[in-house]
Amino acid sequence: MNNRLKTLTKGIADVSPLMIPVVPFGIIFGVIGMELGLSAYMTFGMSVIIFGGASQIVLLQLFSGGASSLVVITSVGAVNSRHLLYGAVFSEYLSHLKLKWKIILSYILIDQAFAVSNTYFKKNKENEFKHYHLLGAGFTCWTVWQVSTILGIVLGSVIPEELGLSFTISLTFLALLINDFRKFKNVIVMLVSGIVATIGYNIIPFQAYIIVAALSGLLVATVLTLINLKKK
Amino acid sequence: MHWSTIIYCGIITYLTRFSMIFLLKKDILNDRAKQVLSYVPSAIFPAIIFPPIFLDNTSSLDFESNPKILAAIFAIIAGYFSKNIIATIFAGLISYWFLIFVYYQ
Repeated sequence: MNNRLKTLTKGIADVSPLMIPVVPFGIIFGVIGMELGLSAYMTFGMSVIIFGGASQIVLLQLFSGGASSLVVITSVGAVNSRHLLYGAVFSEYLSHLKLKWKIILSYILIDQAFAVSNTYFKKNKENEFKHYHLLGAGFTCWTVWQVSTILGIVLGSVIPEELGLSFTISLTFLALLINDFRKFKNVIVMLVSGIVATIGYNIIPFQAYIIVAALSGLLVATVLTLINLKKK
Repeated sequence: MHWSTIIYCGIITYLTRFSMIFLLKKDILNDRAKQVLSYVPSAIFPAIIFPPIFLDNTSSLDFESNPKILAAIFAIIAGYFSKNIIATIFAGLISYWFLIFVYYQ
């Protein structure tokens, strides 16, 4: 097998276990899109155009609360700021690539693909075709996300509203934080953000509560980081 | 919902992924900036999680007869011990269904 295909296949194999929680997440997104009265095209269009679970859910949640486009777009930007970290970490491995590659790989640089390819890149710095790993991992995520969105769209018209599936939005995001539950500083940041958002929901105009809460959380995170540095 | 909103959100999502790979020749974010960025999920996700759990239909705080708070606590406990995403979601959802369909009936 040639090296490119081998690396591509390795990417697909590495990311596959992480696809198990992505399937219900995609289905939930599709179901909720339909429950909010969006057309099937629009719900599916979001998965293709945005291709980011957290961004898409935030978009739906703010839309159902009647937020303006500006607030929606800013909030999605805030949710996505974590990608700056991914890009900064990967620039070390990808900066030599042609623009064409950077354009393609940026589209598929999502949490799960970042996690597995980052591990691979660290161990295989000398592999000339290492970016094929990210390509394989990313497009596996992409395919799984699109298929599960379609499944959700189909199920959305069947699942009764009494089941309260909108609660699964909160649960899904909660589940994304489980690795940080044991870190004391992260828990403080979580509580600050959550309390500010809950109180701010009624007080802060234009549904900007996500942005304000996120900034408050990051401010506390910055302070905690600085205190930590001083101790060293 | 307009297509234009979706497209703008798509562009901003893409740009945050693209900007660092495209702009940086080398890793220029220092360790402190990286450390702060690593808190982004903890700073943002609770802002999405908390309001729908604690606020009722009229957007006022609801601590009594609120099955979502209890169900979320079960989910947190399940997540803390299992460290498993699916187990966390299902623990929350199943306890929520038990509360609304059995306990509060």
